[in-house]
Amino acid sequence: MRSETVVQVDGLVKRYGRKTAVDGLDLVARAGITAVLGPNGAGKTTTVETCEGYRKPDSGTVRVLGLDPVREASALRPRIGVMLQSGGVYSGARADEMLRHVAKLHAHPLDVDALMERLGLGSCGRTTYRRLSGGQQQRLALAMAVVGRPELVFLDEPTAGLDPQARRATWDLVRDLRADGVSVILTTHYMDEAEQLADDVAIIDAGRVIAKGTPEELCRGGAENTLRFSGRPGLDVASLLKALPADCTAAELTPGSYRVGGKVDPQLLATVTTWCAQHGVMPEKISVERHTLEDVFLELTGKELRG
Amino acid sequence: MTAGTDARTTGEGTGEGTGMYAPRPGAAPLPRMIAAQAALETKMLLRNGEQLLLTVIIPTLLLVLFSAVDIVDTGEGKAVDFLAPGILALAVMSTAFTGQAIATGFERRYGVLKRLAASPLPRWGLMTAKTLSVLVTEVLQVLLVTAIALALGWSPEGNPLAVLLLLVLGTAAFSGLGLLMAGTLKAEATLAAANLVFLLLLVGGGVIVPLDKFPDAAQDLLGLLPISALSEGLRDVLQHGAGMPWGNLGILAVWAVVGLAAAGKFFRWE
Repeated sequence: MRSETVVQVDGLVKRYGRKTAVDGLDLVARAGITAVLGPNGAGKTTTVETCEGYRKPDSGTVRVLGLDPVREASALRPRIGVMLQSGGVYSGARADEMLRHVAKLHAHPLDVDALMERLGLGSCGRTTYRRLSGGQQQRLALAMAVVGRPELVFLDEPTAGLDPQARRATWDLVRDLRADGVSVILTTHYMDEAEQLADDVAIIDAGRVIAKGTPEELCRGGAENTLRFSGRPGLDVASLLKALPADCTAAELTPGSYRVGGKVDPQLLATVTTWCAQHGVMPEKISVERHTLEDVFLELTGKELRG
Repeated sequence: MTAGTDARTTGEGTGEGTGMYAPRPGAAPLPRMIAAQAALETKMLLRNGEQLLLTVIIPTLLLVLFSAVDIVDTGEGKAVDFLAPGILALAVMSTAFTGQAIATGFERRYGVLKRLAASPLPRWGLMTAKTLSVLVTEVLQVLLVTAIALALGWSPEGNPLAVLLLLVLGTAAFSGLGLLMAGTLKAEATLAAANLVFLLLLVGGGVIVPLDKFPDAAQDLLGLLPISALSEGLRDVLQHGAGMPWGNLGILAVWAVVGLAAAGKFFRWE
C-alpha cells in the first residue's frame, strides 16, 4: 500500500498578482501520512488548496488519486476529505447538525454520534458553532473531513492553537485513519507533529520543496546526533574538523557555541575532549542530542521554524 | 460502532486498524444532497432573529399598521386591497434579495461556501438548494400575509397564474441582485447595503406609498425598479383584476436575466 501514489505535483507555479506563492514545486505523496512542513508563507496552504481543486495552477500539473482536481472535480470530491485552516461552518449551526449535514452528502458516512464522542465533542453537540471554543471548532472541522469515509484527507494545520490534550486526540485519530488505510496529507509548522505522525515529510520554503524523505532519512538515519559544547570564542574549527572522522561536521554557531554533527559515540566524544585538552580549551555544557527536523530545517534555510 | 471505541483510544503504534474508518467513499444521490442542503439553509434562516425581523415581522407590522391607521392615502377602496399586493412584493424582496444577500455574504466570509465546494454537492446543486430554501420561505410568508390580509377584509381578484408568474420572476430578479451583492462585496458591506436598499425600495417602490405620490419624472424611473414592477403588477391583478401584466413581467424578466448573469459572472466563492 505504501508504494501507491496518492498525490503527484509536478512543477506547480501559483502566483497572486506579482507575488509568487508556489514556485516550481514537485511533490509525490505515497499512501500513508505525508506532512508538508514549512514556516508561515512558505506556500503550504496554496499547494494543498490546489490539490483540493480550489486553485488552478498557473503552470505545472497536479494529480490527486490520479485525477485532475479542477477538471475532474466531481469525480474527486466524494473521495477526499477537506479540513480548512479555519471556518467552514454556518455560524448559527449546532455542531452535531453541521456534522450530520456533511454526513448526508455522502453515501456511506461514519456514525455521527460515535465520531463526535471519539473527538470529545459529545457534550457540545447542541452548541452553536460560534459558541464553541477554538479547539472544539478545529475538531469539528476535522470530523467534517473524515465523516464521508474518504480515501484521502487533507488537513491544513489541524492542531494549530490546540492544547496538548486536544492535540493528542487529533494525532490519535490521524493514526487510526492511517491504520484503516486512509491516506493523510497534513500541513504543519510543528516539527514534533511531523516527527510523530508522518511516514514522509516534505519541507517547503519560499514555494519550493527543499528536502523530502522519511523523518529518519531527513535526520540522517537517526544515528546522526549532535554534540554541542561551549568554549572560548574563535576556536580553530578547521583543526577540530581534521581531528574528527571524515563524515563529521563542525561549526561555531554563535561565538563560543560549537556544534559537532556525525555519528556521536563514546569514541567521538573522546576525540572532541582530547582535541580540547590539546588546545587548552575547557569544554563547558557538553550535550549530546538527537538531530531533529528542527535542525534540518535550520540548516537548510537558516531560519527558525515557528508558528 | 461503539465496540471499537475502547480499543482505539490507546491504538498508538499498533498499526492495527479497527476498520471503522476504512474508506468507503461516495456521493449521496443528488436529490438527497439538494434536499438536505435546502432544509439546512431554511433552518438557518428561520432560526436567525434578524432574518425573521426582515422577512416576517416588518411585512406583517406594515400590513396591520397601515390597514388600521390612515397614514398614507392609498386611493379609492379599502386600504388593505392596496396594501396586500405591496406587502407580498415586500415579502419576496425581503427573502430573495435582502435575506439571501446577507446570509450568503456571511457564508462566504466564514468559509461555508468554500467548505461546501469541496463536498460532493456540486455548486449548481448548492445554488438550487438556496433557491428552494427561498421558495419555501416565500410560501410561508405568502400564507401568513394572505391570512392576515383576509382577516383585515382583503378581497383579492384576478388570475392566480399571473400572480404566481409575477412572484416567480420577482424572486429570480431579486435573487440575482442579492447574490451579485453577496458574491462581490465584503460581508459587512453587503449587510449595510442590503438593508439600505431594502429601506429605499420599501419607500420608493410602490409598496406602501403609491407611485403617483411622486413627481411625474420620478414616477417613470421608479416604475422601472424591480420592486415597483412586482408591487404594481400584483396590484393590477389582485386589486384591479387585470389580465397578464406584460409590461411589469417584462421589466422583472430583464432584471432577472441581467442580475443572474452578472451574479454568475462576478460571484466569488471565497
